[in-house]
Amino acid sequence: MEYFVQQLINGITLGSIYGLIAIGYTMVFGIIGMVNFAHGDVFMVSAFIALIAFLILTTWLGITSIALALFIVLLVAMTFTSLINWVIERVAYRPLRGSFRLAPLISAIGMSIFLSNFVQVAQGPRNKSIPPMVQGEFVLFNQNNFAVTLSYKQLIIWSVTAVLLLAFWYLVTKTRLGRAQRACEQDQKMAALVGIDVDRTISMTFVIAAALAAVAGTMYLMYYGVVSFSDGFVPGVKAFTAAVLGGIGSLPGAVVGGLLIGLIETFWSAYFSIDYKDVAAFSVLAITLIFLPQGLFGRPDVEKV
Amino acid sequence: MGPGAQSERVDAAGALRDAALTGLIAFALFLPLIGFLTAVNIGNDLILTTRWPLLAVFVAITAAGRFVYVFALLPWLARRAQRPVPAEPPAWRGYVANWFVPCAIAFVVVYPLFIFFTLGSGGGQKWIDNFGIQILIYVMLGWGLNIVVGLAGLLDLGYVAFYAVGAYSYALLAKTFGLGFWVLLPLAGILSSFWGILLGFPVLRLRGDYLAIVTLAFGEIIRLVLINWVALTNGYAGIIGIPRPTFFGMPFDASDHGFAAVFGLQFSPLYRIIFLYYVILALALLTCFVTVRLRRLPIGRAWEALREDEIACRSLGINTTNTKLTAFAMGAMFAGFAGSFFAAREAFISPESFTFIESATILAIVVLGGMGSQIGVVIAAIVMIGGSELLRQLDFLKDIFGPTFDPTQYRMLLFGLAMVLIMVWRPRGLIATRAPLVFLKGRKTISADPVKERHATEGLG
Repeated sequence: MEYFVQQLINGITLGSIYGLIAIGYTMVFGIIGMVNFAHGDVFMVSAFIALIAFLILTTWLGITSIALALFIVLLVAMTFTSLINWVIERVAYRPLRGSFRLAPLISAIGMSIFLSNFVQVAQGPRNKSIPPMVQGEFVLFNQNNFAVTLSYKQLIIWSVTAVLLLAFWYLVTKTRLGRAQRACEQDQKMAALVGIDVDRTISMTFVIAAALAAVAGTMYLMYYGVVSFSDGFVPGVKAFTAAVLGGIGSLPGAVVGGLLIGLIETFWSAYFSIDYKDVAAFSVLAITLIFLPQGLFGRPDVEKV
Repeated sequence: MGPGAQSERVDAAGALRDAALTGLIAFALFLPLIGFLTAVNIGNDLILTTRWPLLAVFVAITAAGRFVYVFALLPWLARRAQRPVPAEPPAWRGYVANWFVPCAIAFVVVYPLFIFFTLGSGGGQKWIDNFGIQILIYVMLGWGLNIVVGLAGLLDLGYVAFYAVGAYSYALLAKTFGLGFWVLLPLAGILSSFWGILLGFPVLRLRGDYLAIVTLAFGEIIRLVLINWVALTNGYAGIIGIPRPTFFGMPFDASDHGFAAVFGLQFSPLYRIIFLYYVILALALLTCFVTVRLRRLPIGRAWEALREDEIACRSLGINTTNTKLTAFAMGAMFAGFAGSFFAAREAFISPESFTFIESATILAIVVLGGMGSQIGVVIAAIVMIGGSELLRQLDFLKDIFGPTFDPTQYRMLLFGLAMVLIMVWRPRGLIATRAPLVFLKGRKTISADPVKERHATEGLG
């Protein structure tokens, strides 16, 4: 029981990170129908930006308040990552809109390879680890000499994710931009006819996706304290799995899917085999796509002539 | 991007403004990752240093590139687009088209002998092994994947899994049962194509992006199993001492019944390399030959029909299940051949050789060459694999950039960049062939642009 609860806490934490990345996949797929393969690497880049921002704040500017540092790091990472994703969309995806179906995907794969190798060349191939940003934990209860704990890090991840998801939900459902996004998702031509700037809306979608990925990147860095240039691929595929599991195109689905993937992975590692945890995630992806391609909350993909 | 992109005549001031804006964006873009460097010091702490000059160089190059693009390149392209296109292609194109393939085949057949007699056994190894064999392996893999991606239009991101199946089949069967290369080569191909069918079955209903991602997942699963099933595959450590292929039972070693001794030659490791070169050349040409012939058979035509429009295909009574499965099986079989050759050549395999990057490389070769084009694959493989081998040889760059400069680390960086640029510039690849194979009276040229390929969003509504 106590072991189970602990794994539940860990799984939800991991799932929050996956959920934040998954929203990026699902939004981009919803609006332009492409799998943004480079999104995992955008997440990795954001973790690097967060790392550099954190080092500047703590070692050069001498900020001692961790809360303030974390807040600034979050803002910096979100800003720069958004800019990067905005440029990526402009350069690598926009010219391909209306091209043949696989062209944007291949371009995105190229971009993914480029980003991870760019970081490798620019920052070196070694793992970058930082001293723990946040330490300490609550002991929830103690049973059979096993203390179930909720660390401050996990609490921060939960609350930051929750706050940002609320803000994001408000953005999509209540604002002009969100309305424009949903309109473009349904019919781009019609949206353009009623005066929506489709290009700008798509750009903003990439910006928002990157901002959420940057939150995930910062949380990832804070949670694990280490990041390397190759850290984008596997979390990226897992977050994509989460998006597919929740039903691609569905925003609540991405969050639920992220939590499910986080839980599946954590429980799989805890009870079965830690070596095969990635196999579990990849199998979930394959099984979902084969048996439930529309996901938990998605609309079925109707093929029309 | 900017306002200058639309108008034909661009004034220098506008281009400058545009370049300045681009420079500003580039500054923000490169500031975190180029402007700062995180390094680990002796105390194992991360320290931060700045690289302002490098950042300035990046920003300057980007801004200058933008200026040239807006000021010179765009007007030039606009002028060129207005020029009338000559109706008849020049006569030399016909000669090149007729003679290119025979000349190329003659060249690759003579190539190792030429190298052997000019450079001798010492210096020739690099040119035959690193350039010849390495490129030919990728040409073969590219041709194999071309069946799946180029002809049948099924984007397979896990192709390297079949390469791995071939390699491990050869390695394990040769080491366990002591079977020879020539027995195991077809067996590895058959086993791989079984895997192709096995993995093809569940994904039959999926199309496009989804198919790509599931094949990626399968590829990764196979690699993770190879890593973790230590009892069978020896995990990360890999399999060593895989038997080498023999020449009609004669091993390529210094022993009395070895190849060199039997033919009365002085022993040289180069003989084996030349032999391997001809083996992979034969295998690659076989792949090409089979593909070209299959394209003219009903199954090949069904593949291409499937690529163009799956619904129309089904309406015409083509069995899409069989069509897809044969494409997977054929592609996987050639990957299996290439895999067992790879294991025999290296005599050592480990899961490290079968990562996603390898799949992406093969895919890049097919895509950059032009999906469906056999010549395109060759050109792309020579450029990309030969290019990355050349990067290894560029020692003079160390004189410019300092002794720590390692050109090979830029290999994948350039790969990724090339993939994006080629997609933006020519989404159909360098050599875009959509030449009709069936025609009534004369061969008419058709546009290389797709007839009808909707973007996935339109299918969602």
